[in-house]
Amino acid sequence: MTQYRVLPGPEHFLPPAAASMGIYLPNPGEAHINGVIVPEEKAYEEAARQFLMAQVPTIFPGPLVLWAWNEKAAKKAAAVRKLYEILKECVQPGQKPMLIPMPDYRPKYPKINPEVEINPNHPNLTIWHNKIDCCMFIGVHCHQANLSLKIIRGGTSCYTVAMCAQAGHEDAMLSFRDASVEKIIKLGEWIRKLKGTVKPRLTTAKTSASN
Amino acid sequence: MSKERIKISPDLYDIMPSDYQDLVQSATYGKEDRGWKDIGTSKELIEQHSLCAGCPESMAFRYILASLPNPEDTVMVGSTGCTSLVFPMVAVHNIHSLFGNQNAIASGLKRALSVRFPDRVKDVVVLAGDGATVDIGLDMTLQAWFRQEKFTTICFDNELYANTGGQESGLMQKGFVAKMAPVGKLFDKVRLPEIARESGCHYVVNCTVSKPSLVEKVIRNSVLIAREIGPTYIQLYTPCILEIGKNSMEGLQEMRDSEKPTERFAYKEYVSEPAKQLLAELAAKDKERKAAAKQLAGKA
Repeated sequence: MTQYRVLPGPEHFLPPAAASMGIYLPNPGEAHINGVIVPEEKAYEEAARQFLMAQVPTIFPGPLVLWAWNEKAAKKAAAVRKLYEILKECVQPGQKPMLIPMPDYRPKYPKINPEVEINPNHPNLTIWHNKIDCCMFIGVHCHQANLSLKIIRGGTSCYTVAMCAQAGHEDAMLSFRDASVEKIIKLGEWIRKLKGTVKPRLTTAKTSASN
Repeated sequence: MSKERIKISPDLYDIMPSDYQDLVQSATYGKEDRGWKDIGTSKELIEQHSLCAGCPESMAFRYILASLPNPEDTVMVGSTGCTSLVFPMVAVHNIHSLFGNQNAIASGLKRALSVRFPDRVKDVVVLAGDGATVDIGLDMTLQAWFRQEKFTTICFDNELYANTGGQESGLMQKGFVAKMAPVGKLFDKVRLPEIARESGCHYVVNCTVSKPSLVEKVIRNSVLIAREIGPTYIQLYTPCILEIGKNSMEGLQEMRDSEKPTERFAYKEYVSEPAKQLLAELAAKDKERKAAAKQLAGKA
């Protein structure tokens, strides 16, 4: 069994793909935390805890939910919005939840505006700028998510969660698989359940911007 | 055509950057007679694009994007160069390929789209610079034409490698001295339009982008012919004002000077026999449609 664990960085400039270090993906009904396969229920709790602990918990919706390709995509978008509203209602003063879109995978020149969007080719810019210390990817195509998650792990100390509609992401610190509207809502319910029980890091925390 | 095809999820609309909101709301999707005259009231390219002030390429981009007959079902394939900087800022699907690979990528894409969407018309348009089309990607360009792949190839010909500081390209004119080609070019400009014709292209045009109505006609024809018959090639002069020592306001005049009858960008057009027949049929249908619309309007 591999000793490698997918932990918040900064790992180094070119972190290895977690898959190449022996981390494998969960089966249906499971998730992984730091590369260790766990029952999905445990992952909900841990993701909710990480969100409530973070100073700037952020959801990054990608093109698969930002664009209303079909009815299912629009419903997922509605669920993402609801999750964000729950997060806002459950955090404590001093915490600043954000909802920042990843509308496009194409690199933008001369630069993106990190206040309003994130780009998978340089996600660290948005994370540093907003001091994001916990984020969740949802609706991002797998290859772009893997690229971004690796860059984030390499250059920031941000905790990454992937709500993946396929088989999950080894390169996230916590990954769900088979994402659906129900699963997004369930994560929201867990956040509500843990409201007030988790102490936020706030000023004592090392923020990603310091890296 | 319908705007319904490209929509932002209503629940996340407010967080989308305004560029995307603008491009979705103000692009001329769903309009049958779209064209360059929509520029100013519609938006195909955002104002804060990444090209230099006065760059003729931005004019070309606007005219081309406004002229595509089927924008929501069109995928453009770009290559490395100034054009690739603009693609994130346009309201048309696009793919960035490795330098020179654009016609190979477009071949696979066109075939895949035909299999995936057998009942829907999907257009593929390659848009690359002269370095990608004629030098590094010539193999892929020609092979796509030999195979009679059904897509349009547009070359933005600025006669050098502008993006990297002014190196010599195959389409550079003989004797031209560039910043990074101090000896001057020793051989003639490659005659790609003639090569395209001999390689099986059914519609070939060599011109500048000084006249928007002409660009509109050429782009429409090339896309419609490529859709039905086979490959088409358009070579557009989009001078790099920085590399040829011009000011922002001088791009248009440079194009006008270069399209005079004896100059290298004098309008040249080749249309194959099947393509001529198709254009005649399309013109007849268009006339009928317009007459019917007029009649209907008269009755109303």
